[in-house]
Formats: sequence, C-alpha cells, structure tokens
Amino acid sequence: MAQRNPIESGVPDNKQYLHPTLLKNYGNWKTHDRPRPGVLHHVAHSGDEVWSVRAGTQRQMDVHTIRKLCDIADTYAEGHVRFTIRSNIEFMVSDPNKVAPLINALEESGFPVGGTGNSVSMIAHTQGWLHCDIPGTDASGVVKALMDELYDEFRREEMPNRVHLSTSCCEINCGGQADIAIIVQHTKPPKINHDLVANVCERPAVVARCPVAAIRPALVNGKPSLEVDEKKCICCGACYPPCPPMQINDPEHSKLAIWVGGKNSNARGKPTFMKMVASGLPNNPPRWTEVAEVVKRILHVYKNDARSWERLSDWIDRIGWPRFFEKCDLPFTKYLIDDWRGSRASLNASTHIRF
Amino acid sequence: MAKKMHDTPNLDQLESGPWPSFVTGLKRLAQDKDYVVDVLGTLETSYKTRKGYWKGGTVGVFGYGGGVIPRFTELKNEKGEPVFPDAAEFHTLRVQPPPGMHYTSDVLRKMCDIWEKHGSGLIAFHGQSGDIMFQGAKTDKVQDAFDEINELGFDLGGAGPAVRTSMSCVGAARCEQSCYDEAKAHRQVLNTFTDDIHRPALPYKFKFKFSGCPNDCMNSIQRADFAVIGTWRDNMRTDEPLARKWFAKHGMNELVNDVVARCPTKAIQLKEVKDVRKGDKISSVKVSDTHALEIDNADCVRCMHCINVMTGALAKGTDTGATILVGGKRTLKIGDLMGTVVVPFMPLKTEEDYGNLVELGQKVIDFFAENALEHERTGEMIERIGLVNFLEGIEVDIDPNMVSTPRTNPYVRTDGWDDEVAKINAKKAAA
Repeated sequence: MAQRNPIESGVPDNKQYLHPTLLKNYGNWKTHDRPRPGVLHHVAHSGDEVWSVRAGTQRQMDVHTIRKLCDIADTYAEGHVRFTIRSNIEFMVSDPNKVAPLINALEESGFPVGGTGNSVSMIAHTQGWLHCDIPGTDASGVVKALMDELYDEFRREEMPNRVHLSTSCCEINCGGQADIAIIVQHTKPPKINHDLVANVCERPAVVARCPVAAIRPALVNGKPSLEVDEKKCICCGACYPPCPPMQINDPEHSKLAIWVGGKNSNARGKPTFMKMVASGLPNNPPRWTEVAEVVKRILHVYKNDARSWERLSDWIDRIGWPRFFEKCDLPFTKYLIDDWRGSRASLNASTHIRF
Repeated sequence: MAKKMHDTPNLDQLESGPWPSFVTGLKRLAQDKDYVVDVLGTLETSYKTRKGYWKGGTVGVFGYGGGVIPRFTELKNEKGEPVFPDAAEFHTLRVQPPPGMHYTSDVLRKMCDIWEKHGSGLIAFHGQSGDIMFQGAKTDKVQDAFDEINELGFDLGGAGPAVRTSMSCVGAARCEQSCYDEAKAHRQVLNTFTDDIHRPALPYKFKFKFSGCPNDCMNSIQRADFAVIGTWRDNMRTDEPLARKWFAKHGMNELVNDVVARCPTKAIQLKEVKDVRKGDKISSVKVSDTHALEIDNADCVRCMHCINVMTGALAKGTDTGATILVGGKRTLKIGDLMGTVVVPFMPLKTEEDYGNLVELGQKVIDFFAENALEHERTGEMIERIGLVNFLEGIEVDIDPNMVSTPRTNPYVRTDGWDDEVAKINAKKAAA
C-alpha cells in the first residue's frame, strides 16, 4: 500500500473557529469587566459585546467529557469555545441572557465556573505516571486532589490578586513558574543498574549532562558503565532521561518541594522566578495531603495578609522573607540558602532588615 | 463491553470531591475499551509503588521524524511479559493548536470521533507546550489516527531537538490589551519552520511564544527561547467617561494605593486638575471635576499595572509592536534563565513588519543551529559566549535597553573603545 504523504499544514488558521463577534471585532476591543466570578464581559469599539463563561476541566479529558462540553456549547452557548493556558474552557455568547443558563448547565454537569480575576485558577501541570517516561510522581492526580481542596477559591474572586499554581513531576519543571509550585525534589543520588548502562546509554552524553561534573565513565564488574561521585551529586536527575539505568526516582526518597513567588507578568515589578520555601514533603498518593496542607496554609496567610493587587511575590517583597516563614509557620533551613552559581546575588547586601 | 476492570482502590479515591475527575473519565472509556482497563491497571500500580512504568522508543508517522511520543510499558512479570498486555503501548500524538486555542464544537467532535476510533479516547487540552495531546494509541494505529487528524486540518507538533509547538494568547480576538496580531505572528513564524518542527535536527529544543502585551499571559519570558511580547512606543490613551466611572465606584483610597502607589517608576501622579502638565510625553485624564491622573510616558515602562486596574479608562498607545526577548528556559542544566531583551521594539503593523519578525527568527535559529552545543538551550549558549557575540551573529545592534545595569567589574579589554565610539557616531550620522 502506498503511504500517504503528510500535509505539512503547520499551525491552523484560527479564523475558521472564532466566534463571529470575535471575528468581527478582531483587534478592535475597548474594555472589559467581570460581572461575576467566571464571567468576562468584553466591549468592542463598535459597541458589540461578548460574554465569556469560564469553567474548570480535568485537562486529561475522555471523549465523553469533551462531547458533553460540546453539547453545552451547542445548547446553551453559540458553538464556539476556547481553552486557556491553564486548561479552563471558555464559552463565548453574544447575549447576556444566555449567561445564567449556561452557568447552570456547566455546574450541573460538574464543571465549576470560575478561574477569573483574583481567583485560584486551575493548576498548570504535566503528565506524571499516566504518560511520562521519567516521572517522580503523578500530575493529574495531584491536581485533582488539590483542586478539590481549592474548589471554592476557584469559584470566587477573593484572593488579593490572581494566583497561579503549577505541579511538576521532576526537576525539569514542565509545570513552569507559578505563584506556588509543587515540584519533585530528589534527595538521593541515582541507583545505577550497571548491567544496562553500556547498552542503553551514550556515556559521554550522560557525563556532559551533569551540572556538577559528578559523573565519570567507569568499568564495573568488567562492563563499561558510569559512576557517580555521591559527595558532589546534587540529586537533580539530569542524568536519568538520557540514561534510564541511572534510576533517580525513589518511592521513599523522592520528596516534594514547595516554591513560591514566580510571576511572569511585567505588571508592577519585573518578572520573578519562584523560590524554594519548603521541601522534604512525602510523595503520598492518592491525595498528597501533606503537600495540600502546606499549599493551603500559604494561600490562607497570603489571602489574609496581602493588600489588594499584591501577587504573592509583591506581598513577600513588602513583608520580607523572615516574616513569610514565620507567618506561614515554615522552617527556614540551610538548604534554602542558595549556593549555585550567581548565588551571592540572592544574599542580603544591605542593612535592610525588618524588626 | 470491555473486559473486567482491575481493582483500583487508590484511583477510586480520586473520583470523590467536587473537581472534575480524570479517573471517572478513564473508567467511562474503560467500559468499552480493554485498552483503557489496562491503562487504569498500570496507573493504579504506580499509585501503589510510587514508580513510573513507561519508557520511550521509536514510533512515528510516514514523512516525519518527530511529533509522536512513544511509550512502551516496563511493567512486566518475571517472564518478561507485560502485566497489562492491552496497554503495552501508549503513544501520544502532539498536535499543534490554532492560535488562541479557539475551536468550534464541530471540530472538537470530529477529533473525538477520530480518537475514539483509533486511540484510547483520552485527549488533553492542552500540554504545557500548547499541543493538543491525543494520549494513548498503539503503534499500528498511530498512522491512521494522524492521517485523519491531518485531513481535518491539523498537523503534528514538535518533539526532541526541534522547533517546538507554540502558543499565543487570546489577543486581538478578544482582548483590548493586544498590541499586535498574535495569531498572524504565531502562524507566520511557526509555519516558516515546519521542517524544523517535523524533522528534529537542532542542538536542542527551540520554543517561540507570543503574548500580546506585557502581562505575558503565555508566560513567554520564562519558557520561550524566543518571546514575542506586545508593547507600544507612543503615549498611553485615556477615556474620561470610563475614568470618572471607575473613580465613582472605587474612590480615592483605591486610586492612590492601588494605582498611583503601585507604579514601578512613579510615572503616574495624582494631581488637582489645575496643576496637570501639558507636553508631548504627557497623558492625563480627569477622574472627577477636581482631580486627574497625569502620566509621564517617558518614565513609563509599560508594565500594564494601571491599565489592568483601570481597564478602558487607561489604555495602551497606538504605535504598537513587540519586544523580543531571547533565552528563557527552566532549570536543567545551568539553572533558570529569563528571556532578555534582544530587540526593544519591533513594529508589527505591516506585512513587511511581520516579515522582519520571521527573518529575525530565522537568524536566531540559524545561529543556534551553528553554535550551540548538543543539548544546550539558546539562553545557555548566550551565557557561554556572551550577549555581544550572539548579537553580532544575528546582526542586531547593541542597545542600553538590553541591560539592567552596565558592567560592574573592570575585567574587560577595552582597547577598541575609540573604534566603537567612531562606529556609533558614524551610524548616528548616517541615520
């Protein structure tokens, strides 16, 4: 049978999928407001208006769930939807009378309406045990467990500013920067299966991957393999993807860390990277309760203590790190003082101290 | 009807609670597919042992070198046979989304029909790089699934050392902050590199991302090797009726504490109407009969904060385009890197402007392909060779907007100083 050549069409044109009001007013919007949590109301310079109703999804969706969302789009909205970067779905309607029935239909079908403005939005996440080849933990399950706990905060807009969360199943951090991020933190060097290294791994490439030059070629039991200087090893797991026999994931010793204060927007201060504030949390499926407890605690303190429009990083800029750790009842351990390259820039080179 | 379900006591606990459950979705698929019964068995095993059981391999479609993420089970019994044989293969097709991730219910239903026929029936909207992820197909079904998805008007995304799938914000389609046509830029740039997407041959991955304004909803500065972030050069615009409306609703405390005090460069001031300055760089708007906001646009860094708070009352200018930042990435190997400014402002209005954006992308990728080490991201390459060498390579002039501060150490040989000054003066004279 002759093989079919692919059509290298690349990125499809989105014009064919746009809601007609969006297409008509493309590039010509004037302002927006939020009549209630989960609803955006945009007004164009032409006077046209559009209401977008945002709902949370589980991201990894079965076709029945997607068809249900399509049914809702056809019955209660106008057949056009889009997804946000945080896997929320938005339904656009040109008639405000359609908003309430659409919200009812979504919530009755189990899709929470919210995720707008100063809410805790859906967690950006990764693949985890479901599909990844190097995961230290699950992704969808962690997210489901945590969003169950944050359900009300998704549906309300009661935080000082928006809150973005992410989870990542290894230190590559595919989940990305966020106000609060949960990331696997390995605590032991890789366990090497020396029988497999020679056949599976391109050894010079693996040596080159190590950020601290802790890996070197070695002959083990007469076979070419690799060895790790465990005093140098920082347990990052960078060697594991190119060399699966260097098993970094450990049911007991792969822990979870919490990072805070990442912000990609340029609003107010420049964008910031998140900082590690807790680690050593157990990787406990199916609901990761120890992790959820710390995340909820930080969110609770932030909610009560931050001023309006302060993102988590802005809030900490005002109150300072000592008070952050104190208020959140988190221990400030020596592992939180950076010693990687450029780390002196993170030290306090001033007498700016809050008493 | 599919075969009997495996016991999944751990996963069952993820069916309770108010958030939509992916487990419930998988179980529904498992009613009809032995495949998903065994996917659930595999996942439940991971929940028990806290270990992953998928390994990579080589699976693709005819004509392409990437875009399919192969997964084979490593969960085997003592005889080396898969414990869950119906889910021994669980490959994913990465498919590029339309800009802004807009769909009709009709096209989503067609995707569902294709994936119900050829795959597991599990689709993720969307992966972290922006792909629609059709998750779970056996090797012999990958080509059929791709053919139908491709006929529907969609194409595979990137994987491995390739130009990767891109994302753009909702932008011009529905956002008043949009400073350029994000969808046009997204398509025009990415579709220049379809060969580099489908046939991985770069030193490592290369990501473009497109955000319409400095709120950067696509998180491009931290994630993209090449971030295109909308901005403007002229003065902010104002709308007095909307400004008065905002003030009537929110009052003086919020105006002072949430707007004026939060301006990072103190470019915005609250003034009595009689004291408001006039000038080429001044924008102002009355919020009441007595008070007005005065913005010195020369000091404004286009952070978006005041516009976010008083949307419509305050707005971006009309001389719009984008700032290009290069080199963003996350941790491995040398640590986090933000994208940094390579072009402070590139107008994005005309066809020629968009052509210039594509050309810059080509130069950066050509330089990256020639000069990066294996498995080195663009930001790491720049860190290794220095920004100035990179700029020379892509033929971009230096600009003080590229630095937070000039050098703080004397460790540089400067015997070419006079020549550099002469070059700058010659350029100025020629301009």
